[in-house]
Amino acid sequence: MNMSNEQYKKYAKQKAEKSPLLKDCIKAFLIGGLICLIAQGFFVLYQTLNIKEEDARLLTSCTIIFITAWLTGIGIFDKIGKHAGAGTIVPITGFANSVVSEAIDAKAEGWVLGIGAQMFTIAGPVILYGTASGMLYGIIYFFMTM
Amino acid sequence: MQKGIIKLKNSPSIVSFAAIGGLKEGEGPLGPQFDSIDQSNRFGENTWEKSEAQMQKIALSTALSKKEYAAHDIDALFAGDLMNQCTSSAYGLLSFDVPFFGLYGACSTAIEGTILASLLLDTGHFSRTAVVSSSHYYASERQFRYPIEYGGQRAPTAQWTVTGSGAFILENSGRGVKVTEVMPGRSIDKGITDINNMGAAMAPAAIDTLTRYFANSDKNPDDFDLIATGDLGYEGYKIVKDFMRDYGFDSQTKYNDCGLMIFDRDTQDVHAGGSGCGCSATVLAAHILPEIQRGNLNHVLILGTGALMSPESILQGESIPGIAHLIHLERE
Amino acid sequence: MFLDFFWAFIIGGILCVIAQILIDKTNLTPARILVAYVCAGVFLTAVGLYQPLVDLAGSGATTPLSGFGYSIAKGIQKAISEKGAIGILTGGLSATSAGITLSIVMGLLMALFFKSKSK
Repeated sequence: MNMSNEQYKKYAKQKAEKSPLLKDCIKAFLIGGLICLIAQGFFVLYQTLNIKEEDARLLTSCTIIFITAWLTGIGIFDKIGKHAGAGTIVPITGFANSVVSEAIDAKAEGWVLGIGAQMFTIAGPVILYGTASGMLYGIIYFFMTM
Repeated sequence: MQKGIIKLKNSPSIVSFAAIGGLKEGEGPLGPQFDSIDQSNRFGENTWEKSEAQMQKIALSTALSKKEYAAHDIDALFAGDLMNQCTSSAYGLLSFDVPFFGLYGACSTAIEGTILASLLLDTGHFSRTAVVSSSHYYASERQFRYPIEYGGQRAPTAQWTVTGSGAFILENSGRGVKVTEVMPGRSIDKGITDINNMGAAMAPAAIDTLTRYFANSDKNPDDFDLIATGDLGYEGYKIVKDFMRDYGFDSQTKYNDCGLMIFDRDTQDVHAGGSGCGCSATVLAAHILPEIQRGNLNHVLILGTGALMSPESILQGESIPGIAHLIHLERE
Repeated sequence: MFLDFFWAFIIGGILCVIAQILIDKTNLTPARILVAYVCAGVFLTAVGLYQPLVDLAGSGATTPLSGFGYSIAKGIQKAISEKGAIGILTGGLSATSAGITLSIVMGLLMALFFKSKSK
């Protein structure tokens, strides 16, 4: 094969079938938007029940997590995710689905190092880097407001 | 030995074979030709890993029973799969009580095993051997990609791991499809790091083996009724056609890929086609070997293609080496 | 009210589209996208850009994972102003504890009830 690695990589990339960007984006927009719209619906509902704003936001996220967990358990979520792409990955649905799907699969390896450890495969990095960047911000914020 | 091509003096024969598949394989174009299909993909087991092991067991039992052989009639077993440390083969074939060689050639394992089994038959060390390989979509997804219920999107270049197992019984005398030449592949790494485009990672190895074969053989592509690569999928298939243009691969229809034969890409949502150790093994056992026996094909070249990476090597940013082993099958 | 829903849909959708473009164009894995969104959420809240988005879009800005980062940053601000330096350590996880707790407990429960399905 008379091609350098760089040339071949470029060739293979150019030859490869491309993701249908426009179609993917439209689906991600509609489904992602819809999830946020539903979340907003729950938020309004909780507020009409005289729950204060901060708690209503928490409850809203928890509601979405709860629904996602069940949809994952009964084997429907992956069928939505296949079409939605980032539309279900980016909302809190993606976080909940990653935890639950890992947990369900890891059951075969036991309750401790199976479910217990593997449910954090994708969620772990999110919690770690969220917390770490938050702490960094906290240090700066603390000295700025001192 | 002629520049990597090994001509087998006694031409061992594949005397019996069997193909076992899952739901999607059963729904595919070759579905009716499988020996058995399990719609649940579970094969009576409660973990996907055990399902895969069970598949190998069923495949070998079926191949043995077609000739009314018992396990002790076999001198040695050559088997492999995609799972860590080849456990599907080790556990699946445990009950056969036969000398066992565990192989890892990724998706090329069925052909790698056939080469080794044929060579040892040809030299007279063994008189009857068996080759088994398998892959299981659900077990592989867990090991190489994401959990089954994970809601992600697959790239259009990604391939669908075949849930299936193929078993072959070879003899140094006996009637069957002859293995007349074998050519071990070299591992070739052209720097592809995209785990979702294994076809492009493996294609250079297939091109290397094919060009070495035709450069050193007295045969040319027209002498074959079918030239099939193992699991390059649509991406690798396009690249092989492109690079083998000088040998007429772009115009002739007799070049095909098992990953394209086993599924219907238009209706089965498999993106670039099938892959996995089970892909070439089942297409061979369900379709190609019977076609040779029926006389519809006389000379066939099979290239077992494999991508030799691991989940760790991918995370460490290593590129994906490919390999392609070649066998020449001939009608008796 | 109608406008709240409208903006929740639009902003939520746009945040997903940005990630979709990244996935399709750069081969970034979903895990990296999620990490990027959380960190971006913390950063944008820190520089004061995310609060206006939350005021405009409500759940459209808090439901995407960048909203998780927003909660972390807000939690830290609140904890530091209430408790001082210790808030640097307690603020982030306290604000997101409900979501994390429910996710992992649901993970455990679902693993108890279900096994992965054959498709």
